[in-house]
Amino acid sequence: MKKVGIIGVGQSAFVRGFPGSIRELAFDGFKDALLDARITAKDIDASIICSAPEYDKQRSPAGVFAEYFGLIPQPTCYLESLCSSSSMGVRMAYALVKSGLHDVVAVIGFQKMSEISSAESQERMGRGADIQWESPFGTMMPAYYAMYARAHMEKYGTTSDDLARIRVKAATYGQINEKAVYRKPVTFEMFSDPNSPMSGPVASPLRVGDCCANADGSSCVILASEERAKALSKKPVWVIGLGAASTTVNMAGRDLFTGLTVAQQAGDEAYKMAGITPKDVDVAEVHDCFTIAEMMAYENLGFAKPGEGKDLIGNKETYKEGSIPVNVDGGLLSKGHPIGATGGSQIRTVVLQLRGEAGDMQVKDPEIGLIHNIGGVGLYGNVTILGR
Amino acid sequence: MGKIKEVDDRFKRFGTVSFTSITKVNDFIDYLEDGKVMGNKCNDCGRVFFPPRADCYQCLTSNMDWFEISGTGKLITYSKLEYAPVGFGDDLPYAIAVLDYGEFKVFGRIASDLSENEIKVGMEMKTVANKLPNGQMNYVFQIA
Repeated sequence: MKKVGIIGVGQSAFVRGFPGSIRELAFDGFKDALLDARITAKDIDASIICSAPEYDKQRSPAGVFAEYFGLIPQPTCYLESLCSSSSMGVRMAYALVKSGLHDVVAVIGFQKMSEISSAESQERMGRGADIQWESPFGTMMPAYYAMYARAHMEKYGTTSDDLARIRVKAATYGQINEKAVYRKPVTFEMFSDPNSPMSGPVASPLRVGDCCANADGSSCVILASEERAKALSKKPVWVIGLGAASTTVNMAGRDLFTGLTVAQQAGDEAYKMAGITPKDVDVAEVHDCFTIAEMMAYENLGFAKPGEGKDLIGNKETYKEGSIPVNVDGGLLSKGHPIGATGGSQIRTVVLQLRGEAGDMQVKDPEIGLIHNIGGVGLYGNVTILGR
Repeated sequence: MGKIKEVDDRFKRFGTVSFTSITKVNDFIDYLEDGKVMGNKCNDCGRVFFPPRADCYQCLTSNMDWFEISGTGKLITYSKLEYAPVGFGDDLPYAIAVLDYGEFKVFGRIASDLSENEIKVGMEMKTVANKLPNGQMNYVFQIA
């Protein structure tokens, strides 16, 4: 079977209040990937545009972007799975290339969250859950993930301090990532300082410092068939594993509150397809929309046993020099989480790592990288494994 | 001409802000008015549903009977919100939670008169119909 490669990756800077429209925001990520791949829009056979709906007014952004990017008359469409939209887009692009229908496909993710207020954004996100039976209670993402944090703490003795250590790590790398929205340092002490914004309550047991930064941003991943990848790229990175899953949208339908079943299932599938085990992963990007989400990812992906994620971060094993570096670009917590752009940005980070082009964030000589991207409250899960 | 079509939009009364007005399980609201929180059960396969649903995905039938959520459930987890989405600010602070009744689980709010130090994961709670200050209906969990 022929392989599918990634020949170009790009992203805009993740910022608060991008001074332009959504097509202009998305163009920044697309342009970055074209320059990275050293190709033009004419080399791209189809595009998939990804975001979570209702943050801006544009219905069907695919056509608008295709025109602005010079991607017409090639086919284009819009795809969403909330926060994992662009990883799902890459999965679909893989299928398009693998099937032989297209040779080169661009996946463009974007989100302009600053078009609405923070409280409006929480309402939109809350409506990514069950609008008939749950949203009427006043739900929002931090509170849902806080319920997972509470259950994890009750079962495994995980503490708020353990979670704070994940935020401190994220900020360590956010400071050196020039594309990150939050570039300030975060210290462990800030979480117990009532004057620090980090310690402010949001939804118990999660505090402000446990929550990711909203941002405007875009990303782009360009996939190609083995022949085209070898012809167009000096350093193609290969997609060697893919996994995806879904579960009940309503919390009442779930049996597990100390981890995400979609991450376990997608991870298992991706490992099997790649023929590797968690120990073979050299660098990972996980969906740390909240600190507890990264903690659960360690355990759901097999980097730590259930309940032992706190030891992994406590021993700094997920730092750049550790046994399994995770989110050494700042993660969603510091780099920022522009919903539809996030998966593509995570993939970009791992591609740069595997090429040895990650600059100050570079992990030593990685051969295999993993991306874990979650949509909604563990509603959709995508795991992508890349190899050199 | 001039005939007014009657719309059964009872479900718009569910919760502080409802995002759904028309559903085939609108009777849920009438039961709430009567002080009853109801789930339903498929008469063909016996599967129990909460929240209730109009259709059984297993049997592809709509042969459902209502049953009342009675007895107590175990508190699996909860979170107290100090920040709210648009439309819910007047309710702050409030806590959302999940109760496990064994055959099914219930997601909802914890009664507002309970302080956080009275709430313990693992405690037995009951689900009670509740009228909100704005005239809307929901249900809350109280200590059993």
